[in-house]
Amino acid sequence: MNDGWRLRLQRIGAIVYKELRQLRRDRLTFGMIAGIPLIQILLFGYAINTDVRGLAAGVVDLAGTQLSRRLVADAEASQVLGEVVRLPDPAALEAALRRGELRLGLIIPADFERRLAEADPARPAVQLLIDGTDPIVGNAARALGELWAEGGRRVFAILTRFNPERRSSVFVVPGLIGVILTMTMVLFTAVAIVRERERGNLEFLITTPVAAAELMVGKVLPYIGIGLIQVTLVLALAVALFHVPVNGSLLDLYLAAGMFILANLTLGLFISTVAQSQFQAMQMTFFFFLPSVLLSGFMFTFEAMPAAARHLAELLPLTHFVRLSRGILLRGAGLAELWPELAALAGFAAALLGLALLRFRKRL
Amino acid sequence: MTEAVIEARALTRRFGAVRAVDGLDLEVPRGVIYGLLGPNGSGKSTAIRLFCGLLLPDAGEVRVLGERLPEGAEAVRRRIGYMTQRFSLYEDLTVRENLLFVARVYGLGAEGPARVEAALRAYGLAERAGQFAGTLSGGQKQRLALAAVTLHRPPLLFLDEPTAAVDPRSRRDFWERLFELADGGATLLVSTHYMDEAERCHRLAFLDRGRVVMEGEPRALIEALPVQVLEVDCARPRRAAAVLAATAGVRGVSQLGARLRVLLERDVAEPEAHLARSLTAAGLPPAAVERVRPGLEDVFVAHTEGRRP
Repeated sequence: MNDGWRLRLQRIGAIVYKELRQLRRDRLTFGMIAGIPLIQILLFGYAINTDVRGLAAGVVDLAGTQLSRRLVADAEASQVLGEVVRLPDPAALEAALRRGELRLGLIIPADFERRLAEADPARPAVQLLIDGTDPIVGNAARALGELWAEGGRRVFAILTRFNPERRSSVFVVPGLIGVILTMTMVLFTAVAIVRERERGNLEFLITTPVAAAELMVGKVLPYIGIGLIQVTLVLALAVALFHVPVNGSLLDLYLAAGMFILANLTLGLFISTVAQSQFQAMQMTFFFFLPSVLLSGFMFTFEAMPAAARHLAELLPLTHFVRLSRGILLRGAGLAELWPELAALAGFAAALLGLALLRFRKRL
Repeated sequence: MTEAVIEARALTRRFGAVRAVDGLDLEVPRGVIYGLLGPNGSGKSTAIRLFCGLLLPDAGEVRVLGERLPEGAEAVRRRIGYMTQRFSLYEDLTVRENLLFVARVYGLGAEGPARVEAALRAYGLAERAGQFAGTLSGGQKQRLALAAVTLHRPPLLFLDEPTAAVDPRSRRDFWERLFELADGGATLLVSTHYMDEAERCHRLAFLDRGRVVMEGEPRALIEALPVQVLEVDCARPRRAAAVLAATAGVRGVSQLGARLRVLLERDVAEPEAHLARSLTAAGLPPAAVERVRPGLEDVFVAHTEGRRP
């Protein structure tokens, strides 16, 4: 281990170069890099709806009258909302929506009671702000709009933020980037080291000066690049075909995607050190893939799931990436606001890399 | 130049309840081709993996190139070459790409490409340089594997049944290379169960159930054989073999076509007459009984026969 960094980098470079050469000749894998994103984005044109309860909501009560408090109490009693947070002004509410802390918000203007009495359709008494990045939230909130409706006249003005036309492709695509990366990145690396063991290459490699960490880094590096290419491909298609907006910074998105790719690759490496064959590695990948897709909030609204499922989902990298990519792409949020999600991904990657290194050492 | 390159003392390695290597003592001197001979499952591959630092021993000590393992494993790794039983280079890389990869992994730097080209010529692979390793014949793969493990010019080479999947002609070529390497000062530890290969080694150790049962130069081993070897020519060899196996002093009988090869204890006087009498008494008078020169196979059989489950 007293090697200079130059030799160390040379060895990692040798593995990266070898890996890319092999990849270029592996037509199936090469096809999957482009094929999976293409097929998935073209297939996902729909979303699945379900009942929603307990949405995080905020209230800006500028009126502060007995009547306004009754409206808030009625909204809470509807069970669509969870705990309702009081906020001082509309700007704070908008910011909380952008950070993804709240799914919807009520703004009760100071002249609430007068507007209610006037009953002018152009001057609604209450504003309901909705996070439109999730269509199910929109449907649930619509039910709220029926509150206090008298004789077909609505009290609420509903404003859907971030996805005003409520198009499901807008809702699906940011999460789909994560789903595609989970599928391909975990699988590629899960198979990578098992394949070397199965073909007998590992027995030779471990008698050379290549260290375990060097082998892992060399195996992972090419796939970070490949993952970012996939992100670009899906994003380009999403913008071109489905007019998905890019409201936040692209740099933030790529940073988030990079961290997410790393988390998936380390998971793949870990699987690689546990699995005895390529087939087992594939089974384990799908064992992980299915809950990721179902629980991450990509398919079903996060709040609609029971608490146990939500806790489990917090352990899956995809859950955090779905929040990041929806936040950045649709709500225009920055990494400064979404850093806890990024930190969760980094923690996941560090933990699994450690585990993979431990497991690999033992097998030498 | 008599210092030992490998020194193992009471080396033991278990896999579950099985003792693959069981109290192995071995000393391999510098600059020789040293053979590890033994039946399947006798612990040859496990012993080599222990010497390479790939496996940790459960008990005992091993020193390789003066380094104690496992502490010195990293240092040793740079100075050994290990040719695995199975082809372990990348079948989806070309011959040249494989060698360049190995050169980079060993940090040969700017010198790497020149050494690769030299190895391609030396091992008769220059014409195949652009071909995928997976499409090579058995003999070519062995040459590529040897070229790869010698690229960094290690003073010690381990070869685990190197010619298992190779025809006799390629095997001879391959051994030519091994002698060249030994002439160049390298020490080679070769495991095999081919007798003709074993006879080419400078020194040999016979392994049985994880222990060294005999050790020495091939000629000395044959001379020290505690049995005499006779060949019997007779009409019904299978019946005759059963009769001979039950004859006093017989340690082993094996059939070679129409003839029987018999290992008989050394102190039996007039051995030809002894066997002929036994056969004639059973109604199978032999056409001929003659003493023959023993070979390594007889040494092998004499030391492992009757002790296998």
